[in-house]
Amino acid sequence: MDIDLDPIEQFDAPIYHRYHATSSRAITPFLHAMKRGEILGHLSTATGKVLFPPLGACPESGEATHIPVILSDTGTVIGFTTVHLPIPGSKLVPPFTVANILLDGADQACSHLISECDIDEVAIGMRVLAVWRPAEVWNNSLENIEYFKPTGEPLVDIDALQQQCLAKAEQRKEAAKGGQDA
Amino acid sequence: MSNHRVAICGVGQTERYKTKLTCSLAGLVREAALNALADAGCEWSDIDALIIGKAPDMFEGVVMPEAYLAEALGGVNKPVIRVHTAGSVGGSTAIVAANHIKSGLFKRVLTVAFEKQSESNAHWALSPSMPFRPHFNSGAGGMFAPVIREYMRRSGAPEDVGCQVAVKDRLHAIKNPHAHLHLPDIDIDTVKNSPMLWEPTRFLESCPSSDGACAMVLAAESHADTSTHKPAWVHAMAMRSEPSFYPWREEVNPEASRACAKDLYAQAGITQPRKQLDMAEVYVPFSWFEPIWLESLGFAESGQGWRLTLEGATSRDQGGDIPWNCSGGVLSSNPIGASGMIRFAEAALQVRGMADQRQVEGAKRALGHAYGGHSQFFAMWIVGATKP
Repeated sequence: MDIDLDPIEQFDAPIYHRYHATSSRAITPFLHAMKRGEILGHLSTATGKVLFPPLGACPESGEATHIPVILSDTGTVIGFTTVHLPIPGSKLVPPFTVANILLDGADQACSHLISECDIDEVAIGMRVLAVWRPAEVWNNSLENIEYFKPTGEPLVDIDALQQQCLAKAEQRKEAAKGGQDA
Repeated sequence: MSNHRVAICGVGQTERYKTKLTCSLAGLVREAALNALADAGCEWSDIDALIIGKAPDMFEGVVMPEAYLAEALGGVNKPVIRVHTAGSVGGSTAIVAANHIKSGLFKRVLTVAFEKQSESNAHWALSPSMPFRPHFNSGAGGMFAPVIREYMRRSGAPEDVGCQVAVKDRLHAIKNPHAHLHLPDIDIDTVKNSPMLWEPTRFLESCPSSDGACAMVLAAESHADTSTHKPAWVHAMAMRSEPSFYPWREEVNPEASRACAKDLYAQAGITQPRKQLDMAEVYVPFSWFEPIWLESLGFAESGQGWRLTLEGATSRDQGGDIPWNCSGGVLSSNPIGASGMIRFAEAALQVRGMADQRQVEGAKRALGHAYGGHSQFFAMWIVGATKP
């Protein structure tokens, strides 16, 4: 058979996925709290650290976690990037700044958008505050927070912040151990 | 576990790692496999098992490609195993294959890793919408940019270091006929003036989207003499992993990276990698990961890796004492799933004296390295010209 045909270089073959996620016992209280406008973390009694989001297990010790800790909607930028590239499937229009934000009271940063300031003003150690969407549209999601904005407080030394947080975690760990002994 | 010596008898790569619109996935992997078999002086019938590796299935939209590709790779009625550790998978796949020889289970294994980035979009595939979180993932560059910024903060390295790596690896790539990018006119200013993608990472400080496959034939000592070319020998290999996120995770110099290198060097009796190795092929998809890994892998003290780059120590063209990525590295070709195996294979070619224009004169011992996920999967091997 003659196979001297024009090559077909590429043709569209779209694939779509629609998932239905099941909420675990650990994440359910967090999702309900989000709907109330409250941010929950989990205390790991093995390490004394406060995990966020609370997925129900401590990644360091493997211990199941369930003790809720209410976190603040203020925090500190510990890392960030400004994205200039459009990402397929994303509604965000570049440039936009995504930061790793350590909420006050947590030991684990979460990613969120920074807005209401110039891109060049964003810095490691910047203090930020959550800007919530109107309460009527709150759902079981961190999307209830639209973005974070600078508080105007002075920059924080993040190495010192880490030492303070680790010292507090150590105290919580000892306290949890004491509770078990008693 | 038995401890048989492992020889790398054949290396095969696809012609050039640029976008290939007239070659199917099956054609791609078969080309690399046939080249590896030819180098090893073997036939399909000489192969006992097939070990395939690739990065996330969403990179092509083919789920379980190992099932569809087994026939193209002579896998009918043979054991077929698929390995997946994100971007490090090419390295992990080589190690899984080597362990099947080391254990004595098989005499000859064909191992293949591939990616055809032109079939999907890696930025999309790496930016999935997660349950109960806002959707603003921004691909691998977005994930690593804060890590690079943190390295810059801690080390106080001059801003030019990343640009210098970008130039050095692209100049290396000119000597590699397989390299996707051939940019002979590149210089620091071209890199500096290229668009910012994920601050502080510029376009020319990032890897390209490439299509390609890499294959190796690994053999037990008793079966290592089929080729007219001498084999390379595995002296050490190690893998480590850690979770993506945990409190105060060290992202610049991950614990798993340090542990993996420590294990590797202990096996090979290496205490001073810069002195005892002749070259290294290290996974550097964004320019600043050269100084980051120079430090993590013990080639430089903490905070000092960037000095080696600036001094030209890692440049083959400048006669550096420890050339890194003579192939042009991931910055010049990134068929993601294959990229780790290319590092491992290029290290083997160097100690076999078969790296042609990119050869480091007299290379006897070389490092192949790969990392993946959120800097959380690590795979490394050391290969040598002589038996361990």
